[in-house]
Amino acid sequence: MASSSIVFAGPPLAQYALRRADDALLLGHRLSEWCGQAPMLEEELALANIALDLIGQARLLYAYAAEIEAAGHDEDQLAYLRDAQHYGNLLLVEQPNGDFAATMLRQLLYSAYAWPYWQAMERSADATLAAIAAKAAKECAYHHRHAALWVVRLGDGTAESHRRAQQALDDLWMFTGEMFTADALEAPLITAGIAADPALLRPLWQASLDETFAEATLIAPADGWMQQGGRAGRHGEHLGHLLSEMQYLQRAHPGVVW
Amino acid sequence: MMSEHPMPLWEVFIRSRTGQSHRHVGSLHAADAALALQAARDVYTRRGEGNSIWVVPAASITASDPAERGMLFEPAESKIYRHPTFYTIPDDVGHM
Repeated sequence: MASSSIVFAGPPLAQYALRRADDALLLGHRLSEWCGQAPMLEEELALANIALDLIGQARLLYAYAAEIEAAGHDEDQLAYLRDAQHYGNLLLVEQPNGDFAATMLRQLLYSAYAWPYWQAMERSADATLAAIAAKAAKECAYHHRHAALWVVRLGDGTAESHRRAQQALDDLWMFTGEMFTADALEAPLITAGIAADPALLRPLWQASLDETFAEATLIAPADGWMQQGGRAGRHGEHLGHLLSEMQYLQRAHPGVVW
Repeated sequence: MMSEHPMPLWEVFIRSRTGQSHRHVGSLHAADAALALQAARDVYTRRGEGNSIWVVPAASITASDPAERGMLFEPAESKIYRHPTFYTIPDDVGHM
């Protein structure tokens, strides 16, 4: 088995699944970086639980993408042997953990999107995606609950926790715009009833955030410049560092297994 | 940061199956009841242990004094006739 990079060449449905797998894997990996560093034991376990939920979602989606591509790739190769420019994740999920407030705000912004997204995907015309969605929707509902509880307590906590939470929200907001766009690859899948229409998710996302931010005394930034490009493989500098750590073992020891 | 204000201790009770009673499984620290419930889910139900959780502030539990163990519990030790093992159960009754 070679450790050189691979390029995924599946049809649009497979690319679509691959992008969602990348979202889940990278956010799961980010959360796993908290292992041994969480502010308290209880939260350590909670973050690891969420990470494992997301990595589980990623595995199902990678396996499905590989099955459609039918090029002999497996889920490990898709995760560990693709370069950054071939990752199609949202820019939001590759952002560094920062402090605990930044991690919770990132989690809230993503989960408030992922929960209604997977609920919508339960009605997908693609039976496999619908089945994955049924599992993911329940998991993301809990991730949202967890993040929202923390964001309320951080935002409506001490002056310091409020300042950090508001700062995290201000810093991350520009990565939320691309969640609600669909490119030429995805538009036909939406028309075909396979993919959820992200434009329809936005009001749900906004309403749920408004509720949390009101309780948290946080102010959502005005929609200004939004970073785009994650789905097209145009990533920030952080993804390269993340991948170099995450992919190191498979690159150094090709095909190594536990 | 967290250690400046020690968080309250919560006792966790899990019901493993509908119809059974909640059983004490352990304790955890959390700032308030909602976070305690969530932490209990993450700490104590990761392997499918339960379908219902109670969390109770440890400070709300009134406990017997270990020093009074003799007075409280030893008198019962000599009264084995209180155990229902001396009764003959008719076959018709079946399992009790």
